[in-house]
Amino acid sequence: MKTKSKFLVSSALALMLSTGGALAEDIKMGAIAVLEGAFAVLGEDSMRGVEMALEEFGYSAGGKSIELITQSSDASPDSAVRGARKLVEQDGVQILVGPLSGSEGIAIKDYSKTQPDVTFLNGVSGAQDTTLRDPSDNFFRFNTEGAQWMAGLGEYAYNDKGYRSMAVVAEDYSFPYTQVFGFLEPFCRLGGSAPQDARFYVPIGNKDYSSVIAALPDDVDAIYVALGGADAVNFLTQYEQAGGDLPLVAGSITVDQTVLGSKGRVRDFVVGTPSAGPISDTWDDERWASFVAKYKEMFPDGFPSPSLFAHGYYINTKAALLALDEVGGDLSDGGAAMREVLTSLEFETPTGMVKLDERRQAIGSIFLTEVTEGADGNLVNKTISVTENVNQTLGVDYEEFLKYGAVSRENPVCE
Amino acid sequence: MTEEQSLLSRVHPGWWVLGALLIVYPWIATDFFTYQIGGYTLILGLIALSLMILAGYGGMVSLAQITVAGIAAYAIPIFGENSVDVLGLGWPGWVLYPFAIFVAALFSTLVGLISVRTEGIYTIMITLAIAVSFFFFARQNYAFFNGFQGFSGVDAPRFWGVYWRDPTPFYYLCLAASAFFFAAVAYGANSTFGLTLQAIRDNPRRMSALGYNVIAHRVYAFFLAGIVAGTAGVLLVLFNGRVSPGTIGVDIAIDILVIAVVGGLRHPIGPFVGALAFVLLENFAIDLIDRERFNTVIGLAFLLVVFFSPDGLIGLWQKAAARFQRPSLDRASPTSASETSDKLAKADNS
Repeated sequence: MKTKSKFLVSSALALMLSTGGALAEDIKMGAIAVLEGAFAVLGEDSMRGVEMALEEFGYSAGGKSIELITQSSDASPDSAVRGARKLVEQDGVQILVGPLSGSEGIAIKDYSKTQPDVTFLNGVSGAQDTTLRDPSDNFFRFNTEGAQWMAGLGEYAYNDKGYRSMAVVAEDYSFPYTQVFGFLEPFCRLGGSAPQDARFYVPIGNKDYSSVIAALPDDVDAIYVALGGADAVNFLTQYEQAGGDLPLVAGSITVDQTVLGSKGRVRDFVVGTPSAGPISDTWDDERWASFVAKYKEMFPDGFPSPSLFAHGYYINTKAALLALDEVGGDLSDGGAAMREVLTSLEFETPTGMVKLDERRQAIGSIFLTEVTEGADGNLVNKTISVTENVNQTLGVDYEEFLKYGAVSRENPVCE
Repeated sequence: MTEEQSLLSRVHPGWWVLGALLIVYPWIATDFFTYQIGGYTLILGLIALSLMILAGYGGMVSLAQITVAGIAAYAIPIFGENSVDVLGLGWPGWVLYPFAIFVAALFSTLVGLISVRTEGIYTIMITLAIAVSFFFFARQNYAFFNGFQGFSGVDAPRFWGVYWRDPTPFYYLCLAASAFFFAAVAYGANSTFGLTLQAIRDNPRRMSALGYNVIAHRVYAFFLAGIVAGTAGVLLVLFNGRVSPGTIGVDIAIDILVIAVVGGLRHPIGPFVGALAFVLLENFAIDLIDRERFNTVIGLAFLLVVFFSPDGLIGLWQKAAARFQRPSLDRASPTSASETSDKLAKADNS
């Protein structure tokens, strides 16, 4: 009896030691996204992107199996850093993917400087300064950001639509500032104008747009709207009801399925609205089609088509896995070799090739789209054109681009 | 027997054990547990303590305590150093930190002046309105508060050869502040002012008839609570290295109320117990359950606590202690005339 129990104890101990050894061989990957509050739905789709990439690699890379640990933030920088700290310092992740929202990204970039042995990859956060000013050596962003997403839209509005003067309605935080900047910069350089008193910045979650609508000037050609989700629906509905008839130009998350799927006159009203972003639902390409098919197969309860959030997290996770494969899963040098690989990594994504610039910011494809009525009567974003190799400085020299100044409500001045 | 000896001998031995445990804690815990669990618990505990002073002793539930802490937190990058090119007047630390706490205390006094003439739900509403308007003001004002982005690049002081954001020094900094204010509240609760405040809570009209200035006592309580919350605000901005409107949002104001209520409003240890429960759940609930449901776990845990023990977690402890006929730990708890739990009232009065 006694020997038996001794044997059991020792074998259990041996088992524990061996599994302990196996666990030490595993690679721990952390993912952080907003899983609470107003952006929770988007955060869930982000996590789907992470899972798609991991599934594609069978949860292993470079011969090591990968353990995924997830964490939530509430879209505030403080909570993102707390979540990242928990993943890195408590759970011991060696690779971190995230976050979702712009200001969170800047905070995580600052935090990454204190953890030089951990490799940080952005999720989908799109603030410009995460990589443009004071970048961090171990923070990589394989998704394009808010200003890049507008590539081609300013030119399209000026040249093809013939607009010369724009009003702006946007939410009052860093991501819409970045989008407004990305749209207006080329538009104004071509000779367009967007007077300061025709720019309206509203808080996120604003319900009543009557004061904004009443103050919209009559002498502009169109309105640039950078609102997301419910905010966009509320503004468009109220503007239409107030008898507004100016054509629209939309930001990357403005005319998504929540707007296109809505009923009533808003539908007719948004037909013909141009927009731009990192994905296009209707892009007629094998790579995108197979990504969508995979998404639908894995997540029958997900969106009808993967959002740009799933897409961004997918690309960044995949970049990490490709680099891990390259170094044979060896992170014993604190991930230095893996980061070396990431720096020069170029790979095929569902939206075309992506590579990094010298500040570890993605150079990738941007889609110009326009709302049209599909064959079945549903509204869809038709792909007008694809611009490849859009870089963060929008084609100009880095030093020159810095002179444009940080994104803000007033930038560019453009009177 | 001198006054001091009698004071020390009145402290239950349990507190000495707890104190010793808290002091050795960083030696046994990892950096993460020292900094993010330990330090953050003490900071949230301090903010909730300031609410407990007002709600437990004064009967005034203020939702603006995170705003008071936020004023101090914003004062540090505005008058000290920051990395965003907005203000950053570069005052030296020995002026900056006391000044930030003082400004917060003044703001708290102002909140008090506005809200003390109201009762119950109206106090909550007025202080909530203050919290919400300050949140939106900070978010939309770029000249002073740098809008949505807020301030980053707030550095912790270095002196005596110690960098005070390193986990262990920072933990001791928080522990020292918490121990000081905890002892001050425990002692102050039985001082003339503390007892007067509790009497005003129970029957303001009678106290007024006896010649006490009810308004002045309440406003002074707001001032004292402001010092506690302001100190916590300074620690909070050092902890995060940044402050933005997200730091002082309405959801955080509600979190502070939850912490205070779940911990228990009857004893100054309550807010710290509540903060510990909150921080542990916030960090680890997501590991217990599927990530789409972890907020449900947090909510359910708090619901259960409040459902089974209206006095929060310390209420559960006191019930257990009373069952074993032990002497009560809660000399500093607010003596109450109209509490439902008469068992506890007996323990207090004994």
